[in-house]
Amino acid sequence: MKHLLSTQDLSARNALRLLDVAEEMAAVGEREIKKLPALRGRTVVNLFFEDSTRTRISFEAAAKRLSADVINFAAKGSSVSKGESLKDTAQTLEAMSADAVVIRHPASGAPARLAASGWIDAAVVNAGDGTHEHPTQALLDAFTLRRHWAQVGGTASAGTDLTGMKVLIVGDVLHSRVARSNVWLLTTLGAEVLLAGPPTLLPVGVGAWPCTVFYNLDDALAERPDAVMMLRLQAERMNAAFFPSTREYSRRWGFDDGRLALLDTLGLDDTVIMHPGPMNRGLEISSAAADSPRSTVLAQVRNGVSVRMATLYLLLAGDPHDDTHDQHDDLTVLIPEGRTP
Amino acid sequence: MTTPASTPAAPTQYLIRGASLLGRDAGDLLLRDGVIAAVGSAAAGEASPDAAIIDAAGLVALPGMVDLHTHLREPGREDAETVETGSRAAALGGFTAIHAMANSSPVADTAGVVEQVYRLGLASGWVEVRPVGAVTVGLGGERLAELGAMAESRASVRVFSDDGICVSDPVLMRRALEYVKAFDGVIAQHAQEPRLTEGAQMNEGDVSAVLGLTGWPAVAEESIIARDVLLAQHVGSRLHVCHVSTAGSVEIIRWAKARGIHVTAEVTPHHLLLTDDLVRSYDPVYKVNPPLRTPDDVSALRAALADGTIDVVGTDHAPHPSEHKECEWAQAAMGMTGLETALSVVQHAMVETGLLDWEGFARVTSVTPARIGRLAHQGRPLAAGEPANLILVDPTARWTVDPSTMATKGRNSPFRGLELPGSVRATFFAGHATVLDGRLATPRPAALGATGEAPAWSI
Repeated sequence: MKHLLSTQDLSARNALRLLDVAEEMAAVGEREIKKLPALRGRTVVNLFFEDSTRTRISFEAAAKRLSADVINFAAKGSSVSKGESLKDTAQTLEAMSADAVVIRHPASGAPARLAASGWIDAAVVNAGDGTHEHPTQALLDAFTLRRHWAQVGGTASAGTDLTGMKVLIVGDVLHSRVARSNVWLLTTLGAEVLLAGPPTLLPVGVGAWPCTVFYNLDDALAERPDAVMMLRLQAERMNAAFFPSTREYSRRWGFDDGRLALLDTLGLDDTVIMHPGPMNRGLEISSAAADSPRSTVLAQVRNGVSVRMATLYLLLAGDPHDDTHDQHDDLTVLIPEGRTP
Repeated sequence: MTTPASTPAAPTQYLIRGASLLGRDAGDLLLRDGVIAAVGSAAAGEASPDAAIIDAAGLVALPGMVDLHTHLREPGREDAETVETGSRAAALGGFTAIHAMANSSPVADTAGVVEQVYRLGLASGWVEVRPVGAVTVGLGGERLAELGAMAESRASVRVFSDDGICVSDPVLMRRALEYVKAFDGVIAQHAQEPRLTEGAQMNEGDVSAVLGLTGWPAVAEESIIARDVLLAQHVGSRLHVCHVSTAGSVEIIRWAKARGIHVTAEVTPHHLLLTDDLVRSYDPVYKVNPPLRTPDDVSALRAALADGTIDVVGTDHAPHPSEHKECEWAQAAMGMTGLETALSVVQHAMVETGLLDWEGFARVTSVTPARIGRLAHQGRPLAAGEPANLILVDPTARWTVDPSTMATKGRNSPFRGLELPGSVRATFFAGHATVLDGRLATPRPAALGATGEAPAWSI
């Protein structure tokens, strides 16, 4: 892998490789000294054309735990807001010898454009582009799901995939990069994906996706999913005739207290509730659901750092286990031990 | 424009030997004083000794192509294209007449602007440049521009269009269709329902769903065409539909023609060949309006052009400076160059597939567009006494598209790197060779007299 641009073009082998390395990185995070020297002397630029403190600090923590130098480039208030083009910004970063560019951009395809343009040699990591993809979010979701699935099955998670798992994604699929990345990655890993949302917020063309589509959330829950992933409802959709009112949306597609109780009624003891954050409590998810033992929201945040460490590590430190190779060696040999006090 | 004294005078006679006329029998053509003086065995006998002889064995002689849809960008965006560079590209592409769309800056919505563009075309001398007049003031969609003044100007405008923007107000569209009947004009509509296409980036369908780009649904084109053919029927006027891009539009136009409605339709070369699958690259060279559609749409458009439901090929040549394409998809300008690839793309998509013969090619690229634009001297038969607007094409040639070598200023060709058939070897504009041996020769000397009154086609 040279770049991480989408999960649609991520092979099962590379996806598993990322998840397995992320397990090793998670182990580092549990040590007293949470730092590896792997990327010492390498420069990672967080190029954020859109505000996203959560994703940015997650990548920053990941890069720093790998000992990389981190430069945060927020487009707001910079030369970008004065009309500098993506091309000029990219060439500036190239001249500063960036090794990796983590890019968040409001335009779908901007990271792909950066990677294919020849403006820059650095590895490009898509940290969310418009309504296209958010691959590291899907990877951290898959990581979270895989740990949960292994725990339910009583096995270790490393090396396993999501075969047999049923994941329901609910809400504004049309505008969600999180939903797109999850649909491709989870199905690549063997899970069955269900979508539920208002017809106005499901894309024309969704019929070609490898998922089952429901307009009624309760019908979808009756399919007994192992995980329910609630998507954030963006404020700008609320007054654009996609649905009559936020209250009607919340009643029909929100994960409220009644649906939380329904999971118990259905005997779905092991079903988890996910949310990529930030949550609109009381709109797409009730506080009781968000704070329940079923909620994986904080585990997702924690796992985000591990997955992003794995991404930067595999892109920058090189990976002899790319798709072009067949063997699947012990991962630990690649990762230097942190010094213990 | 004056011709430098050192330039040798261009020959006044050309004897074209052994060209296949419209792809049929080989014969000779004698061009003299701007007209085809003789055809067949008589030609050689009538040629004067100093006539330039062109060996055209293996070449196809066709009437010069007529484009109803060209963006020349002048006045206003001379960094993108000028009348001079655009008409050079047109001559190389095999055109002898092009219609310059009205979305310049200032907009071609007055007699003054259309006369300016018209005179720039005369001064360049590579092809006949026919300005298109805007339907509404400033393309604003609110008030009719002075269509009569443009029709009666020296530019003699007959085609009116707000191309780039749809005349979406149904009352305004009705009035425009009615009004141009007074001078035999035609409204060329850019069919795009504006509310259905707010923020639209590409065809709405399977590919847009994956790419997360806002969709431009087929229904936004089809609903306007359906409305407009009914309006045209109601007021008994002529409607021309620009750049038809969907299978559904074809069905509506077929229905309208069966009812006897005076509607003509156009398809671009790119919509005959390319599909929205190319957008997966996020390379804005594939960003165009209307957008690239699906393989089913491409098949329907080809069939419609072959059976006459779609009447003409129009290039929608839309050059842009590189910085308008070297950016994110959403920020990039819409449009593709097309003048220098049109013949090859149409040969590839229509002739080599057996859907059209060369006579059919001439019909859709020359005869019918000239009739729609009311250009009496273009798109004529290759017969004695006819104006000498014609081209010689090598149908066996194969070439690889390289935008950096084109005459247009635009480098935004979606066919970059593609190997295509067919090469324009010579273009004769009113008997003057603007292209010889596949290269630009000389422009036709400006027909502007002391008064500048002479129309381009006064031969």
